[in-house]
Amino acid sequence: MENLFLSMQGINKRYAGVQALDNVDFAVRQGEIHCLAGTNGSGKSTLVKIISGVVQPDPGAEIVINGNRVHHLSSMESIRNGIEVIYQDLSLFPNLTVQENISISETVSSRRRIISWKKSRETAKRAMERIGINLDLDAVVSGLSMADQQLVAISRALTGNLKLLIMDEPTTALTKKEIDALLAVVLDMKAKGIATLFISHKLNEVMEVAERVTVLRDGKSIGCFSSNELDDKKIEYHMTGTTTTYSPYHAVPDTGQVPLLQTRELSKKDNFSGINLTVYPGEIVGITGLLGSGRTELALALFGLNPPDSGEIRLSGKPTVIGSVKQAMHHGIAYVPENRLAEGLILDQSIGKNIVITVLDRLLTALRFIDKEKVNSRITHSVNELSIKIPGPEAAVKTLSGGNQQRVVLAKWIASNPGLFILDNPTVGIDIAAKSSIHAVIKQLALNGMGIIIISDEIPEVLYNCNRVLVMNRGRIIREFVSRDTTEEEIQAFIEATAV
Amino acid sequence: MKKLMARHETYVLTIIVIFSIVISIINPNFLTLENTFDLLKSYAFTGILAIGVLLVLISGGIDISFAAVATIAEYLTVSVCIAMGGSMVSAFLLAIAVGVLLGSVNGLLIHRFSIPPIITTIATMNLYYGLLIVITKGKWIYALPDFFRSFADVRVITLQTANGIPYGLSVITVIWIILMVITALMLKYTRLGRSIYAVGGDRISANRVGLNVAGIQVFVYGFMGAMAAVAGIVQALLVQTVAPNSIVGKELNVIAAVVLGGASLAGGIGTVFGTFLGVMLLAIVQNGMTLMKVSAVWYDVFVGLVIIISVGFSSWKQKTGGRRVKIDVREDLPELAAAYGGSGTDTERENH
Amino acid sequence: MTIKIKKNELTVLTAIMAAVLVLMVLLNPGSFLTIGNLQGMAFQLPELGILTLGMMVVMITGGINLSIIATANMAGITAAMLLKGMEGSPAGAALLAAAAAGLVVAALIGLLNGVLVAYIGITPILATLGTMTLFNGIAIVVTKGYVISGFSDPVLFIGNGTLLAVPFPLILFALAAFIMAVILKKSRTGFNMYMLGSNAVAAKFSGVSNAKVLIMTYLISGLYSGAAALVMISRFNSAKSGYGNSYLLVTILASVLGGVSSEGGFGKVSGVVMALITLQLLSSGFNLLRVSSFMTTAIWGFIMIAVMVIDYLIDNRKKGGRQ
Repeated sequence: MENLFLSMQGINKRYAGVQALDNVDFAVRQGEIHCLAGTNGSGKSTLVKIISGVVQPDPGAEIVINGNRVHHLSSMESIRNGIEVIYQDLSLFPNLTVQENISISETVSSRRRIISWKKSRETAKRAMERIGINLDLDAVVSGLSMADQQLVAISRALTGNLKLLIMDEPTTALTKKEIDALLAVVLDMKAKGIATLFISHKLNEVMEVAERVTVLRDGKSIGCFSSNELDDKKIEYHMTGTTTTYSPYHAVPDTGQVPLLQTRELSKKDNFSGINLTVYPGEIVGITGLLGSGRTELALALFGLNPPDSGEIRLSGKPTVIGSVKQAMHHGIAYVPENRLAEGLILDQSIGKNIVITVLDRLLTALRFIDKEKVNSRITHSVNELSIKIPGPEAAVKTLSGGNQQRVVLAKWIASNPGLFILDNPTVGIDIAAKSSIHAVIKQLALNGMGIIIISDEIPEVLYNCNRVLVMNRGRIIREFVSRDTTEEEIQAFIEATAV
Repeated sequence: MKKLMARHETYVLTIIVIFSIVISIINPNFLTLENTFDLLKSYAFTGILAIGVLLVLISGGIDISFAAVATIAEYLTVSVCIAMGGSMVSAFLLAIAVGVLLGSVNGLLIHRFSIPPIITTIATMNLYYGLLIVITKGKWIYALPDFFRSFADVRVITLQTANGIPYGLSVITVIWIILMVITALMLKYTRLGRSIYAVGGDRISANRVGLNVAGIQVFVYGFMGAMAAVAGIVQALLVQTVAPNSIVGKELNVIAAVVLGGASLAGGIGTVFGTFLGVMLLAIVQNGMTLMKVSAVWYDVFVGLVIIISVGFSSWKQKTGGRRVKIDVREDLPELAAAYGGSGTDTERENH
Repeated sequence: MTIKIKKNELTVLTAIMAAVLVLMVLLNPGSFLTIGNLQGMAFQLPELGILTLGMMVVMITGGINLSIIATANMAGITAAMLLKGMEGSPAGAALLAAAAAGLVVAALIGLLNGVLVAYIGITPILATLGTMTLFNGIAIVVTKGYVISGFSDPVLFIGNGTLLAVPFPLILFALAAFIMAVILKKSRTGFNMYMLGSNAVAAKFSGVSNAKVLIMTYLISGLYSGAAALVMISRFNSAKSGYGNSYLLVTILASVLGGVSSEGGFGKVSGVVMALITLQLLSSGFNLLRVSSFMTTAIWGFIMIAVMVIDYLIDNRKKGGRQ
């Protein structure tokens, strides 16, 4: 094992009865691109916290950095050794300029009380030069794109004596082009001897550029693999101990009927254009495409939150204008947003309230007051219908696991008995067992005659759950695949070929 | 941010200029050096409080208790000076010590127990003010020490009006200006100053880059206490009496001035110069009304309108101009279809 | 978990209320639990009580209403001017007209606040700071700073009369609290207020018309200020700008003491009523002891801090195991 930058052996961490890390060994070579993979709760964030010195491992651990045994790794010590972490939220200051955001770490560590703006400018410039970027130093960070903000965060990490950069899920908010630019920066850093550790919960672009992938599951290290010996299925198996079994959806909708939804040349400036989309009762239509393809904007347009500029929406044959969520609901449209925590649920409120929020109108007494009995029976019904595991209907939604939270979101919309159900990445961040059961629920809804649109990043998710898969790219539907006549590889190849 | 702030300040400045022109046309006495000096003296009290409020707002907090703190510092200092003598310097030092102490209590409560700043400071306001009145029995102090009287009349620049009455730049104004300059320099050129912006911008990030968030919060409220104390003494100098109930109740006006000057209640944004303009805007509205012989009863009406219109304008701009997703919609569908097959649109299908 | 925290808040509050009651009875043996003192408390509590209900409803949506006192004074002055103008008419008719006019004015100010917050997008604290200043100003302009005083007996009855030995204002307060409880617990708007207060974006994605809910919230808050105004002008037998200004921050204090979250989303009428009773017990008890009313103010502040600190410590001990 030549030129290891970081070597960790026998790492254990116990939190109040939970073994977060169980005798984990982990190593990063100098200048290596490494990926740490695992599902939520696999222990990868605990491991990162130990590397960055935020959390101390239980006694008996051995940590060697650059050949020196480290007895107590504090966060200051970690930074001094050239380890920097970029969290998913980037930890930037939205109100400050690019220059200040980049130079702030240095300002803090320099212990100088007086700021030299000249020096700070030089620091920021130098950091940007190192990765060959050129942002406006005086621009305020809140006005930058996610990709530029990421570059600011990387530049900040470079102001110190960077040896290992840890990035938590860096690509989730980036477009294909931006990801390519980011990877170019990472390769450039590699050439300068800086190692990068990506944290990820699924196989994606970053895992492909990584040389090695360490997989954690339930706090244990499953192993360290060379990335070219891994594929989607293998990595999923390593991470979860099982593989998703997709059962294709082949129920054929009756296309002789009036379509539930039919759009004609639906367009919105800078969002999407010329969208012709048809959904029949009992049909599941998948939409996939990279970030920035306009798929979420299209979904919001159908849900009344992003009214189109031109074109026509017909619901069951009738031209309809959808100008608000209320109107969308009135026409029987339901929408599960991708961001469950911010948009899908009211986390602090109870499970019961989250379920009935969409149907309160139907749970009133003759005097238009809330009918407690109707509310309770609605909640019980929904909880049973979707077999949501809850401590009680009064418990806050935030106390539930991701899978059960998503079931609550589904429950509240199923309760409203929609005709058309739009789901935006319905299984993101959910473990595999819960994922399959959510897919089963969706299929059952379609079999009962609901029309469904599933938007997803994951090609298997749309391919195996939908009758048809539409590929969106830069605001357009550029191709339609009929699920039974195509393969994952064909769709994947098409998306990659058309990605610009 | 600089550009944005510059824009906000220009915009307040424009309003001030327009008001000034209108007032001057009606009463030319407005734009005289004498009136300007007078305004700068009588608004030193509000202006100094505003400096403290500015720092608190930048750090993402709010303080309602500063008027009570100012009163306590003022009352205590003047009482001690009457009983034991002293000088202006010792008076300011004593007042500041009291102010810092009371202000820091706010900072500690807010940080240590995570109580929302508005609740903490409403509670301490009640506590401080209640105790002050109980202990002083609400008595006014009329006979201030001589050095209070003589210091208040000190002028740094003295001029004479046409009829030979002297006027000029009061030492009180100079104190205000010095505090503004020091604070502006601190905010711009010290690590502490930049840290306050950072904490107000994102507290969690501030923690992660290694800033001492606890210390910064305590400092900010302590500084607010110090400014309140200085303002309290300035108030005593200006009116030459100490009334326990004369300052409490003006908290919201000061906060309004700072917000008019561009500071954000959400934290992270605001400048000393903007705050100065905010204070001067209110000063000019009030002074202008007097000079234009508009009855003083209209003052609050105007101030209310200024707040609603000005804040409403920027809120509306923010609400309608929010960041939107922009997708560069592709226009090459036929070529794409030709290259990769596929129709590009979801077609009318035969049954499949 | 939230449920447990909420229970805790009410437990702490109940304990404090009981402790204050016992303390006051012990400190004032023979004088605290008299009809006279109880009635006195019952006459004093409603003004602050109704205003606090108007504050809490806004706080539940995550906002704050600094204009409640200004609104009450505008409503009171409007009613008082009408009463003066209708001195020749039958007292009952004048009262009805005045009450209606006062409530309409209060509702309009509430509506203005709602529009500023919901449609213009101004932060509640700034929007209501603006309207507070504006309507304080208008009140001064309208009255020229003078007092309007001297009302007929039916008007005075509102604030000073008794019905079967129960002070009439207390009946009004009970009614106001009951209506507020029904709005919050039983109506869709109330339900949506809590949801909006907790997470406005998710509420919008769930079909809540946030703007409508906010408008209703500030409208109700305004109406409560108007109702408080009627009690106030009757108790003072006069109306003037600036009356009751010291109540403003106390209503926030009482709401938070009663378990209303200053971040929005949580709070019950029962908690607020208990907080109000506690504050009133303190103030009446100290009054019997001839302690300055400012001492009471100081102790209110102290109790507020104590409650928040205790809550924090309880929360923290519970979380302690996990961090």
